[in-house]
Amino acid sequence: MATIRRAGASRPGTPAPENPATSSDLVARARSGDKRSIARLLTIVENDEPEAADAMRALYPDTGRAQIVGITGPPGGGKSTLVNRLAAAFRERASHVAIVAVDPSSPFSGGAILGDRIRMRERFLDEGIFIRSMASRGHTGGLARATVRVVNVLDALGTDVVLVETVGVGQEEVDVIRVADTVCLVTVPGLGDDIQAIKAGILEIADVLVVNKADRPGADETARDLAQMLSLAKDRPWKTPIIRTSAQTGEGLPQLLDAIAKHRSWSLSSGEHEDRRRAAARAEVEALLREALLRELEGRVGAARLNAAVARVAERSIDPYAAVEELLRR
Amino acid sequence: MKRPIRVVVAKAGLDGHDRGAKVVARALRDAGMEVIYTGVHQTPEQVVETALQEDADAIGVSLLSGAHNYIFPRINELMKEKGLDDVLLFGGGIIPEADWPGLRKVGVERVFPPGASLEEITTYVRAAVPKKRGVEV
Ligand SMILES: Nc1nc2c(ncn2[C@@H]2O[C@H](COP(=O)(O)OP(=O)(O)O)[C@@H](O)[C@H]2O)c(=O)[nH]1
Ligand SMILES: [Mg+2]
Repeated sequence: MATIRRAGASRPGTPAPENPATSSDLVARARSGDKRSIARLLTIVENDEPEAADAMRALYPDTGRAQIVGITGPPGGGKSTLVNRLAAAFRERASHVAIVAVDPSSPFSGGAILGDRIRMRERFLDEGIFIRSMASRGHTGGLARATVRVVNVLDALGTDVVLVETVGVGQEEVDVIRVADTVCLVTVPGLGDDIQAIKAGILEIADVLVVNKADRPGADETARDLAQMLSLAKDRPWKTPIIRTSAQTGEGLPQLLDAIAKHRSWSLSSGEHEDRRRAAARAEVEALLREALLRELEGRVGAARLNAAVARVAERSIDPYAAVEELLRR
Repeated sequence: MKRPIRVVVAKAGLDGHDRGAKVVARALRDAGMEVIYTGVHQTPEQVVETALQEDADAIGVSLLSGAHNYIFPRINELMKEKGLDDVLLFGGGIIPEADWPGLRKVGVERVFPPGASLEEITTYVRAAVPKKRGVEV
């Protein structure tokens, strides 16, 4: 993997103080709206660099204010194009909108092509819109491991609305409910029997169902099929609306915005919002705990002992269970 | 902290052909880099703003239309304005060799002509980024 080692927040080129900038300097500059510092901060939390914990400690109390909208669904359905439209619409009422768009990393090289920006070019020079592309870096579930942290930072820095676009490779992308207040599942007409491919499980994460590309034939049928599938699902307190849109023409956008707003206010008043936040907090703490324990364990076991055990398992002089038991016994 | 190199690859100029830029983007990905690809018709303002928000390590701009003597100096100017002094800038496409020295003066560290091998480009970026950042790989 082509990697780079970079000295945390201190960058040779930044018009920074003589001393390497500490993360609190960086946080202060990011708070004042300096985009270079915001971008650096996002990198630090994305890579879990040493300054990440300090930065998060400083910022976390200010999180929980942004409205977070997740956009998920199969590839090519128009997620990025829709996000582009949504960002423009939200910007009419909000001064700071951010987009976090996740694309898959190559399992072979670890590299990635992050191409969601192609559909968002009209937004590049809007001073109130900040776009960040992320690679999934091996994480499954539709987001990168660090997407929650990146969203947290943007939230804490005073972003009003964060739009999160998932990988969209058709796998079960359910992580988005851990970060978004409202999840929009984007489908397209003409899926025909393939609509079954949108498994019940994935349908359940949708707070708003979008039939995009409604400028094409078949949107009504698809909407009807989806309505039927939803009616089969067990009773849920929120009735998932089905909205037909064309991200190309902008048709249906007001209805989509309305549905998102309605879901948000229902969620806030019903306690759903609180429940989700709690579940998200649990997931994040547990994930960090797991990572920390794993690191500690790796340190305790040591590469040499691990390699020796692996070699013995490979030559079948010991079985994998016994190897693990032995390694943990120390 | 080890992490993938992030590169913005953009196609500037009026023509809509980005096959070359796409091939380079794929090669950089296959070399383990994260490539932010923004497509055709990119203005210097869009390119630099993208690099800023994405905290890119490098910017590769491809063009065929002969506007390089406007586009690159403008990109360089904007990079300075936004404090992107440690971000690598390189170019590709149809750019007469006679113009290379002039481009070097406005921060284009390397120009790859259409015949350049992908290996050459990826090797260059991998070596030049840490040098530009002033840190070891
Ligand atoms: N006809 C039509 N095409 C669309 C619409 N929305 C997106 N597209 C096209 O569908 C393709 C994929 O769009 P994109 O936003 O990249 O999809 P994503 O992979 O889900 O992010 C692009 O060529 C878009 O121009 C729409 O509402 N109608
Ligand atoms: Mg997309």
